This record gives sequence, structure tokens and C-alpha cells, in this order.
Amino acid sequence: MNESLVNTKATPGRILQIRRDFPVLERQIHDKPLVYLDNAASTQMPRQVIETVSAYHTYHHSNVHRGVHQLSQEATDLYEGAREKVRAFIGASSVKEIIFTSGTTDAINLVANSWGNRNIGRDDIILISNMEHHANIVPWYMLAKRTGAKIEVIPVLDDGSLDMDQFAALVRKPNVKVVCVNHVSNALGSVNPVEQICQICRERDICTVIDGAQAIGHFQIDVNQLGADFYAFSGHKMHGPTGIGILYGREELLQEMDPYKGGGDMILSVSFDHISWNELPYKFEAGTPAIAQAVGLGAAVDYLNGLDRTYLAKYEDELLAYATKRLGEVPGMRLIGTAPQKVSLNSFVIKGVHPHDIGSILDGEGVAVRTGQHCAEPVMDRFCIPATTRASMSIYNTFEEIDMLTEALLKVTELFDVND
Amino acid sequence: MLTTNRSKNLYQEVILDHNKSPRNYREIENFTHFAKGHNPLCGDKLDVYLLVDDAQTVQDVSFVGDGCAISKASASIMTTIVKGKSIEEAKALFTGFHDMATGKAEPSDDPKLRRLQVFAGVRDLPARVKCATLAWHTLDAALKDKDEVSTE
Repeated sequence: MNESLVNTKATPGRILQIRRDFPVLERQIHDKPLVYLDNAASTQMPRQVIETVSAYHTYHHSNVHRGVHQLSQEATDLYEGAREKVRAFIGASSVKEIIFTSGTTDAINLVANSWGNRNIGRDDIILISNMEHHANIVPWYMLAKRTGAKIEVIPVLDDGSLDMDQFAALVRKPNVKVVCVNHVSNALGSVNPVEQICQICRERDICTVIDGAQAIGHFQIDVNQLGADFYAFSGHKMHGPTGIGILYGREELLQEMDPYKGGGDMILSVSFDHISWNELPYKFEAGTPAIAQAVGLGAAVDYLNGLDRTYLAKYEDELLAYATKRLGEVPGMRLIGTAPQKVSLNSFVIKGVHPHDIGSILDGEGVAVRTGQHCAEPVMDRFCIPATTRASMSIYNTFEEIDMLTEALLKVTELFDVND
Repeated sequence: MLTTNRSKNLYQEVILDHNKSPRNYREIENFTHFAKGHNPLCGDKLDVYLLVDDAQTVQDVSFVGDGCAISKASASIMTTIVKGKSIEEAKALFTGFHDMATGKAEPSDDPKLRRLQVFAGVRDLPARVKCATLAWHTLDAALKDKDEVSTE
């Protein structure tokens, strides 16, 4: 065995304590302990969230906003309570700025349709970074097709950082109306200078749409400090349920916008001649919402608030540094995305082995990673690769799990006879 | 360092060998049938070329493309098996292989599929079935004069 394989760094007790909150981490996969490193796709839920969702279904379930009975009032209180929790969690000024959506994708579609239809016209420019998830590309592409607007791309440097010089040049072009950038890249792990981007855009009266899906689970967000016009994220990337997400929008902009979807609860009065829209945020929440999921998201906020997030962000940085060092020992390894500012995520290719083969073999070792294009085909093209293997870490991952990942990868290189 | 039985079962020596040295990995200049195959899940792309004579016999068959070990080995083995077969036999092989890979038929059901039994391991891995069948779907598309096929 390689000498370095015994160089295990011990995981602190605080993290081991957090692990006990996550029942799934006790599972065995193919008779091996689960090493869950697919957190960029979906984070696991702690017992506290699972139990809150279960209690909602067991004792409080009803429809919200409409019923005069006790259960409906309880469900409404829990649902609106979750909204307030999210508001405080991201530092928004008012619950009017917190719109429940089905996820980040739905939130961005809302902006592209509602704000976009009103504000984007022929010859306008939509600036999108080259490292966006399809969720922050496709709705804009569809808008551009509808309106005749142009999409221009902010390039990415070789290390996976956003090319800020090019951004500064592109943003000066007349007719740039909106800039769409992720806070953290799901394919590269790069943390983008969103505060700086938003400031530059604000000075030029350009709208900013920030995909925060990959940031929200890793560090504290303050939308006022960032200065974003819109900020979108998903519950399941921050230890909450799937099917729930948030669109934060600056109230002034949301007030001007028309509803995106029509239905019950988003209107004040309806006749066949005239409809008046409900007030914010209900104007954008047509139909029965994902109540249990929203309540679960509120519980995830409570859970994260109960942890020392500054400590956890520092711990994840150490985990990333350790993973980067250990992966460097694997023959044929090339990291894709080595920006100075990164979350705890490593995307990589191994010479001569397709990521899907890596993923299958790792699965056999109990190690769950993501392989493929990560719904970010343009950035794969940028780096001239068809796909990567992505090991993405969270607050409960350990140094020992990084060792297990490394050992599993060495088995891949042994099977495929990979040499440096 | 030993890999698990599961990985060994999926990545048998013959698959690793065909992955490393794919057979008939080339274009056929005077081909009579051609199709492009695409697996959007993993981005695998491969082209299949066929030269079929007047007697409806596959005189030559080849492929070009990138993909995982399973898809590359499957394409390579496919070319060695289909060469010399009639179109009808090739189509029957596709059906037989597809049924085996998707678990509709047992690997031992058809003696003609003996050499393809190395891919039986994908039956427990739904995500990898498409990798194993991509080349065959592409072959089927070429024989049906479809230019493109996607596993989605």
C-alpha cells in the first residue's frame, strides 16, 4: 500500500457529532460504509428536518391561506413561519421578497418570464457566464428566442475563475440588461465575486440574477450585502427537502412584475373581465404550494442556525485542501477548476478512464459521486472534456472519507492500468 | 489491492481489453449504412459504419467514437460478431442483446449471444444499460437507414 494512504487526518469530534444527526450516513452500500460525496446534487437531511416534515404530516396537514378551521390555521402559521425563517436566514428586508418556488430552476424561470418579458426586447443583451448550470442558461435562451435579444458569454479562465476583465468590458456594452451568474459553480466549485459583479451592475442599472443553489449550503448569505436583484436557491442543497426553493427578489422589482403562473391564491378578485393580483409574495405563488417541503426548509434553516457556520466553512476549506492533496496522489489525475476561491468540491478527470466507469467502480466501494456533464455542458466544452467525476463535500464529510475516496480511485487506476 | 466482485463482474478482462484495444475502430470509406449514436446522459457519441453487399450480408462493420469502457467494449465486440452475418441475423442479435442487457432474457437463453454474456453485469445497473446498448441501437438505426439515434 502507498505510504501516504496511512496518512489519515482525524476528523474533529464536532463533525462526528453532526454526523449523528444524519441517519442515512449509517447506511451500508454494497456491504461498505456509505461515503456520500454527491452533495452538490443533493445534500442529506438531518433527523430534525425529517421529524419536522413527519410531524407536519402527522398532526398539522391542511391547505394554507383559505381554511377557517384550526388545521388550516396551523398549516398557514407553519408555512408563513418558514418564510420568515428564510427571510432572516438570508438577510432580506421583508417577507414580501421571499417567494416559495419548486426550486432554483423554477425561480430562474420565474424571473426570465416575468421580469424578462417586461424588460427585455430586441437587441438587448443578456450576459451569462460560461460556467452556468443549464438552469441559468435555458430560461434565458428561451427568452432571447421569444424577444430577439442576444446572449453574450462571460468567459472563464483556465483555473475556473470568472474572467473579470472580460466581464468589465462586456458589461460596458450598451443594451446589457441583465447579468446571470452563479454564486458558486456546480461543475468547478469556483466562488464568483458576486458582490463586486452586483455593484458594477447596479452602477449601470443592469439587473442581476444570481443562482445561489451551490452557495447556500456552504456559507452564510446576506442578500442585502451582496446587492443582488434576484437570488435563487433550493431547499435540498441546504439539508432541506426537494421540491421547494426560494426566489429572493428586490421588492421594488417584484412589485412591478406580472405573475408568472395563474391560479388560486395569487389573485384578489376574479371575473371574466378583470383580475386583480394578490399582494407580494402571494402574487407569484399560484395554487396549493409545497407546504410540507416549505416547513421542512424552515427546519433546515433552524438546523443550520444551530450550528457554528463560520467553523463549518473553515472546516470545509480544510477538507477541500486535504482532498485536493490526496487526489493529487492518484495517477493520471487532472483537476478541472482550481480557482483560488472554491467551495469543498473537486471535479476531475483521470487519463484514459471515462467518468462513468469511475462512478460505477466507486459505487461498488460505497463511494457516491456524480459523473457526467453536471447540467453544465458549456463549461465542459470550455475545458474540452465530455464529462468529469465530481466529489462534492458537505458539513458531515470527514477526512477518513477522503481517504476512502482516494483508495477507491486508486483501485480504478489499478483496474484500468493508469500510469502518470 | 483487490477490487470488489461487483466491479470485477462489470469490468471483466475481456471488456478492459476491448476498451484498451478496440477492434474495427476506423471509418469505412465505401460504407452502405451509417448512423450516429448519442447517449446524452454521459455525452458518449459513436458512429457506426456498415458495408452490406447485394446478398444482404454485412461484409464489413466498424465504429469510431468516445465513450466509457462499457460502451467502447460493447461497440468493439459488436463489430466482431456482426461481421459476416446477414442483416436479419444482425437485427436478431440486437434484439437478443437488448433483452439480455435489460433483463428480459437470461444470458444463457441464446447460444449465439455467448460472447456477449460479459455484459450481463449491467443488468443490475440501470444507469449503465444504455452504455452497453448504445452501439447496438446505433447499428439498428443504421440498418433501418436512420441517421441518428439517442438513448434518451
